Amino acid sequence: MSVDSLDPDEVDAADILGSAIERREDPELITGDAEYTDDIQLRDMAHMAILRSQHGHARIEGVDTDGAESMEGVIGVYTYDDLHREDTPGGGSFLLPVGWLLDSLRQVDHPILADDRVRYQGDAIAVVVAEDRYTARDAVGAIDVDYDRLDAVADPESALSDDAPGLHDDAEGNVAFDWEIGDEAKTDDAFAEAAHTASIELENQLLIPNAMEPRAAVADYHPGTDELDVFMTSQNPHVHRLLMSGVIGHPEHKLRVKAPEVGGGFGSKIHHYADEALVAWVAKDLERPVKWTATRTETYKTDAQGRGHLTEAELAMDEDGRITGLRVDTRANLGAYLSTFAPSIPTYLYGTLLSGQYDIPAIHCSVTGAFTNVPPVDAYRGAGRPEASFVVERLAQLGAREMGMDPAEFRRLNFVPEDAFPYETQVAVEYDSGDYEKTLDRALELVDYESFRERQAAAREEGRYLGIGLSCYIEACGLAPSELVGELGAQAGLWESGLVRMHPSGTVTAYCGTSGHGQGHSTTYAQIVANELGVPYEDVEVVEGDTDEIPQGMGTYGSRSAAVGGSALVKSSQKLVEKAREIAAHQLEADPADVEFEGGEFSVAGAPERSIGIAAIAEQSYLAHDIPEGMEPGLEATSFYDPENFVFPFGTHVAVVEVDPGSGEVAFERYVAVDDVGNQINPKIVEGQIHGGIAQGIGQALYEGAEYDENAQLLTGSMQDYTVPKAEHVPEMETDSTVTESPHNPLGVKGVGEAGTIAAPQAVVNAVADALEPFGVESLEMPLTAERVWSAVDGRAAADGGTVDANGDGTDGGDV
Amino acid sequence: MTEHDITLTVNGTEHDLTVDSRTLLIHALRDELGYTGANVGCETSLCGACTVHMDGDAVKSCTVLAVQADGAELDTVEGLAEDGEFHPIQTGFQEEHGLQCGYCTPGMMMAATDLLAETPDPSREEIREGLEGNLCRCTGYQNIVNAVENAAEAMGGGAVADGGEVRWPDEDGSGTGGGDPA
Repeated sequence: MSVDSLDPDEVDAADILGSAIERREDPELITGDAEYTDDIQLRDMAHMAILRSQHGHARIEGVDTDGAESMEGVIGVYTYDDLHREDTPGGGSFLLPVGWLLDSLRQVDHPILADDRVRYQGDAIAVVVAEDRYTARDAVGAIDVDYDRLDAVADPESALSDDAPGLHDDAEGNVAFDWEIGDEAKTDDAFAEAAHTASIELENQLLIPNAMEPRAAVADYHPGTDELDVFMTSQNPHVHRLLMSGVIGHPEHKLRVKAPEVGGGFGSKIHHYADEALVAWVAKDLERPVKWTATRTETYKTDAQGRGHLTEAELAMDEDGRITGLRVDTRANLGAYLSTFAPSIPTYLYGTLLSGQYDIPAIHCSVTGAFTNVPPVDAYRGAGRPEASFVVERLAQLGAREMGMDPAEFRRLNFVPEDAFPYETQVAVEYDSGDYEKTLDRALELVDYESFRERQAAAREEGRYLGIGLSCYIEACGLAPSELVGELGAQAGLWESGLVRMHPSGTVTAYCGTSGHGQGHSTTYAQIVANELGVPYEDVEVVEGDTDEIPQGMGTYGSRSAAVGGSALVKSSQKLVEKAREIAAHQLEADPADVEFEGGEFSVAGAPERSIGIAAIAEQSYLAHDIPEGMEPGLEATSFYDPENFVFPFGTHVAVVEVDPGSGEVAFERYVAVDDVGNQINPKIVEGQIHGGIAQGIGQALYEGAEYDENAQLLTGSMQDYTVPKAEHVPEMETDSTVTESPHNPLGVKGVGEAGTIAAPQAVVNAVADALEPFGVESLEMPLTAERVWSAVDGRAAADGGTVDANGDGTDGGDV
Repeated sequence: MTEHDITLTVNGTEHDLTVDSRTLLIHALRDELGYTGANVGCETSLCGACTVHMDGDAVKSCTVLAVQADGAELDTVEGLAEDGEFHPIQTGFQEEHGLQCGYCTPGMMMAATDLLAETPDPSREEIREGLEGNLCRCTGYQNIVNAVENAAEAMGGGAVADGGEVRWPDEDGSGTGGGDPA
């Protein structure tokens, strides 16, 4: 089912939308021509390095920068005091803002350079600017900080305990917020009347995003014009411009943020961090170009981490196995400060997805956000939705077991039926469209589910432990209707803007406010616009990621680019065509209502010989010698597309694994993914997004996890200690798809960037749990390292020479 | 800091430069000579984004000192294409969608060409094992494995067994990527 790529030259113009054409981005990426931020070299450019806290939590008694300042090659050293002198220019807040508020949210100051307190290891204390990057780092090492260490907490349970050290005066008990959704009384009733229940306690561990390109920024100030250019690793340049403008006190219209080529983000390049603001401010202060590039260690200590939930959840069922209620209580790790969109992640992007693919009549979810001494926690690929899907799908597994039902049939029994869409859940969202049995059936067929149980039983006879795990996931993406998110606390609208400009020669430039960083937008957007305008694909150029070129934008995250950005380009294209139609009608001496448009040609209805191509219209529009009276010359249109609703991709992933109880190792036999992401603009790119998402989900299931000691020191602070999956860790993935269009956007697309990451963890964990069922293992915490799995089966297989107690009585089962 | 005059031959072009003792090869290539194709991902030789060839073998240029490369023939991603024609590994990556953000890709391709020089017709498992020193966070690797298979086939996978030439590394030591794609 692998999708074959096509050469765009061999695709008919009429078929360009939906074709798996090769990406136009690739030539410069595979030749080394692409320019990432650290590739930028400016004349007289200086280099910045940042001194960060040695400790997870400490008071700063003093900072001695003399050693650094006296080093040859050092241009400047800045601390908190330098930003807050009476004569400090700029008028910035030097505090990082939070862009999503909740009623109960305790807002706390987040200074870009620490004053008298550091609250996590990544907290910046001082910056050094030097003539070269080596000297800058040396000088950081020459700064002497006098710390008074404080007790630290790294997990929400410890942070919320009575004797926990407090992080912020404004957040008593380290509580960042208390939030709930759903109907508590109705849910309590469901449990009171339940015939069966299943429950789980789980940790959804902290993850480090690990985009391959570390964050970086180059800032260049032009004193003559007061223009400040910031080239930076950004998923949303316009958002960064707005936020940075306030942080450093530079007017928005004089600030240009440009994302050059960006080497992956996965959420980590959405947020506004201290570092990029410091580069910009320092470059302005010195009136010299300044570059900062994070080391990998810095990305581990400062990039916003993801997940970090401790959850207790319970499922209520009737005597037939129908789900009657779901109760979820989560403590979410928010890290040391509130990152840009942090409050929304464990709340509105989590609680609202807890109905999964199921028709659940009563749901209640409560979440307490906790400040801890780890880096700020914010969106990481999936952002709230993987956590929700993990809870729901682990409970589905346990619910089926409680009922003695086949896990696939248990799910099927509880699916929102195909004829129930649009479906309003008990957690405040309305699913747009779906056909959940279709993806389940296709996945079961591909994995040959019928025969699996026989194979499993036969293997167990031989002392081999196979397991199968299902994940029937749903996600909400295409963020988001502005009015709705405004009601929920967003301090921004989540529309997208697109400008389509047809040039006098008939070629086209499409500008979009999203900002791709590996997703292939230049290809897919050109496919969309070429299709709308009926012009050759190669005649459409796409521009993203530069506040000087694109009118406005909200960026790329939340699987929104195709659904929201693509729709903005459709809307602009349609406006452009309407103007062109009027010019065509004028030229053809026909009523615009009688002029049809197809394949780039305007023609008079019933008289196809009276026609004119859109390129000729473009030329006429700029000549303006003979256009309708009162019409402005030119041919371009800008739109702000505000989605009506989220879009809800879904699918079924199935993992088949073999677990070696003697070593705890998990080996994949199959991994099957059937996804429905609505219409596909480019199926090859869709497949690639699914692959990459699954790899990150498998990474969470088996390998990854940020670990801290009792002092909140990061123990997994390098790629040696934190397992980013390698090629040999990821199985061959068998992918297929169904298509259920979203009715909410003109493309019928749903979004694909996060699907794999949302789906995969519970498919794998359910498979391992299924394999270990003979051992009575009740609980499995990610990552399922060999050591953890081995411990879960209590090491009995190894201890007694290879035989195992597979009687299924669970009496010897161990927890992890 | 002691400075050293060294000579690096990059993609067949000789460069004389002066570096500090501690200057890493990746920084000499990127910052001093402008070969920015190879990227820095970790500075600890764990991610492989900085992979280049030194005297025909793939090395992580973030953990090689520039002075250690004095006199060496270096090949980088910029030298893969020849006369406007992509190297088969580049074609493979494009055709198989073996890249997304592209940051790991130059290093990944240089590691892959080294692998194919050693093992012209690798199995999928051999490709996965052979690329274990190169991390990709975007693709899930499947299309990278496809890309390397694609290149192996285009290069006459099994060229050595057939008595043919392997395109990489150069047997003439010119470092220019000599030899026609099979």
